[in-house]
Amino acid sequence: MEQQKPKKHILVALVENKPGVLNRVASLFRRRNFNVDSLTVGRTHKPHISRMTITVDSARMDPRRIATNLFKLINVIDVAVVSQEPHVSRDLALVKVRANDAESRNSLTLICERYPARIVDIGPDVAILEIVGQEEQVEEFIEQVKPLGIVEMVRTGVVAMGRGTRILDSAYEPVVPVTSNGNGANYQQYSV
Amino acid sequence: MLLSGAEIIMECLLREGVEVMFGYPGGAILPTYDAMTKYPQIHHVLVRHEQGAGHMADGYARATGKVGVAIATSGPGATNLVTAIATAMMDSSPIVCITGQVPRGSIGTDAFQETDVTGVTLPVTKHNYLVMDVHELPYIIREAFHIARTGRPGPVLIDVPKDVQNEKIEFVYPEGELTLPGYHPPKETDHKDIEAALELIHSSERPIILAGHGILMSGAMQEVRELAERAQIPVALTLLGKGAMPEDHPLVIGMMGMHGEAASNYAIQEADLLIALGMRFDDRVTGNLNTYARKAKKIHIDIDPSEINKNVKVDVGICGDLRAVLTQLLPHVASMSHPEWLNRIRDWQEDSDERDILNQQVDKLLGAQVINDLWKFTGGDAITVTDVGQHQMLEAQYYPHKRPATLITSGGLGTMGFGLPAAIGAKFGRPDEEVWAIVGDGGFQMTLCELATAKQENVDINIAIINNAFLGMVRQWQEFFYEERYQATPMFNPDFVRLAEAYGIPAMRVTSRDQIEESVQFARSVKGPALVEYVVEKEEIVYPMVPAGADLDAMMRRPKPGEGK
Ligand SMILES: Cc1cc2nc3c(=O)[nH]c(=O)nc-3n(C[C@H](O)[C@H](O)[C@H](O)COP(=O)(O)OP(=O)(O)OC[C@H]3O[C@@H](n4cnc5c(N)ncnc54)[C@H](O)[C@@H]3O)c2cc1C
Ligand SMILES: Cc1ncc(C[n+]2csc(CCOP(=O)(O)OP(=O)(O)O)c2C)c(N)n1
Repeated sequence: MEQQKPKKHILVALVENKPGVLNRVASLFRRRNFNVDSLTVGRTHKPHISRMTITVDSARMDPRRIATNLFKLINVIDVAVVSQEPHVSRDLALVKVRANDAESRNSLTLICERYPARIVDIGPDVAILEIVGQEEQVEEFIEQVKPLGIVEMVRTGVVAMGRGTRILDSAYEPVVPVTSNGNGANYQQYSV
Repeated sequence: MLLSGAEIIMECLLREGVEVMFGYPGGAILPTYDAMTKYPQIHHVLVRHEQGAGHMADGYARATGKVGVAIATSGPGATNLVTAIATAMMDSSPIVCITGQVPRGSIGTDAFQETDVTGVTLPVTKHNYLVMDVHELPYIIREAFHIARTGRPGPVLIDVPKDVQNEKIEFVYPEGELTLPGYHPPKETDHKDIEAALELIHSSERPIILAGHGILMSGAMQEVRELAERAQIPVALTLLGKGAMPEDHPLVIGMMGMHGEAASNYAIQEADLLIALGMRFDDRVTGNLNTYARKAKKIHIDIDPSEINKNVKVDVGICGDLRAVLTQLLPHVASMSHPEWLNRIRDWQEDSDERDILNQQVDKLLGAQVINDLWKFTGGDAITVTDVGQHQMLEAQYYPHKRPATLITSGGLGTMGFGLPAAIGAKFGRPDEEVWAIVGDGGFQMTLCELATAKQENVDINIAIINNAFLGMVRQWQEFFYEERYQATPMFNPDFVRLAEAYGIPAMRVTSRDQIEESVQFARSVKGPALVEYVVEKEEIVYPMVPAGADLDAMMRRPKPGEGK
């Protein structure tokens, strides 16, 4: 029986790029008993700002509760629920599958043609497939290759961005780029 | 000026206006203790346990609205602070805790007395810092005080490695604006929300104001009173909201919730509009959420966006500083009257009066009588600092407060052991006020070591022990819900009078009601700490009581005289 896939909410948080910030966010989720499906962290075009993408099961979590709590963290600069507006989202998976005969190689190629996927490595026994797409697409793709025999897999988790001119950015600029290794304030950001 | 990190800490505290700090020394914080000798302007109070230091800072903060400061060494010193930090966090009390840490190079090596204190305190602080560069220290201290006292206040911890305290740098105090990109002061309220709130207020026939701690923190007492008076809205208080409006005001019904006034709880259940001001719908306030105030529309004004729609779904949620929001709202509030509604409430109140134990003939000394007489003989004007338990609830019921910040009590965490140290802290903050610690025999023994602190500092507080020889509140639950199986609640107690005297603290024992007035005079006559032990009925019950999770109006009530149990 086909199960109805629960809808996901996607939140994006701009955070200060400082040690310990990921810990604070993770600790918040644990403490508040928030059920989070995926959490990714990466850099932005500004070295002092990182960006987190958080997906949650909308049936189980009100994204506003997460947003308002995230907002309270001192190192979180801004939060948006991007799934409530037009947006683009991507998940990337690397899938290592058995490919030790012509038939399986053939199937792989065919499956990859139907998805935003490609073969990025191939040897006598196994191949690595890469797919970049919406989360549901990635999941569908994985279902397709499963019968061939997945031996290893990794996913990045979802990243997302609002469409159009809705910009999620911060005007905040430290005076001098952050260099400190502490999780404290960065004195360079103040003009003395 | 070339200063060590330790001296920078003291310089910065001085600039924050710190006049007193509560603490306990040890290896990792010794450089800062040594630097204190150069800063006699800041008085250091030596406590007997770091938990006491935290509660003193908290009591000081609640009494003054200023930031309280506690200081401790690494490892066990810091972990001893944790209960006090969690207490301050739950009740939004602004404190800054400074802890020593092992030198930077030793962090992560399980060095002697190393604990990951920023890790341990992460969930119980508003924010915390580990200072890895001495240059950051002045900025961090400024930020810490700013974060602790602004927005929704809370505890901030600063962990300072010993070598950072020792390192010398050229000290320049950072003036000017702080750069906290992720710290958002509340914005101006959308006028649409104000209009929506006004509409609900003006169309309501049975409104009630739920007055919380946020009123005191925002300093919105006058605005709340104006709103209540103009629209003739009755006011129920949370435990921490006591003092938000004078309790002798005719519109004030009294405390709501588990041990609140029956009239308040009935009124909430019957109301057609709740106006929640700076309160967070704690489960001790709401009882069963599914049946809570079902007939009412709800307006919630709170500075913390995550509080709105957290426990109770509301029709109008306004996020902002209460005083600012009410200032926007008030000019548009019409004069109203709700005579029928107020009469209904008065009927409930009269019914309660009939049941009131104080209006009944009892030949034993009751905690309720002691508290009510303390109220009478202190002119209802003392700062009372309670511990946790039955005596705390009796205080809430029988010591009406007229002024803000005159009841200091651990509400959200319910921390036994809070009373005595918090009273010491409160007295440091408001030395001209009469301060009474009202404590149970159980909770008192959790932090009684601070008697020595009170004596050493000659802190002029009065300590009232309500001794029922039981962990009374737990005993009450056992009586109601565990068929009177008093497992681990009867207490062996020391002779509290001789105990106090061993500390050089004058003390007296009271066993009958006619001694209470004398005991108050005695305590007041002592310059410095004084202790009075009130030996009360062992099996007193605090009524009314909403059993945990029950409907708010399903209260267990004291029978009326003649009705029997
Ligand atoms: C044994 C025991 C029994 C108890 N029984 C009861 C009971 O019967 N009744 C009862 O009421 N309590 C009771 N309590 C206390 C209860 O657990 C809560 O601590 C209390 O109800 C919290 O009150 P509050 O929401 O007003 O304060 P807080 O918990 O301090 O919340 C304050 C709120 O105000 C907001 N705020 C802060 N500053 C501002 C500002 N400037 N502007 C706007 N909003 C602001 C905060 O964001 C927060 O939401 C009991 C506790 C114990 C230990
Ligand atoms: C540190 C801590 N441990 C346990 C409790 C649970 N507890 C709540 S009230 C209470 C009894 C308090 O007894 P006592 O101090 O004698 O005061 P009384 O209720 O008799 O007035 C206990 C054990 C608590 N609140 N705090």
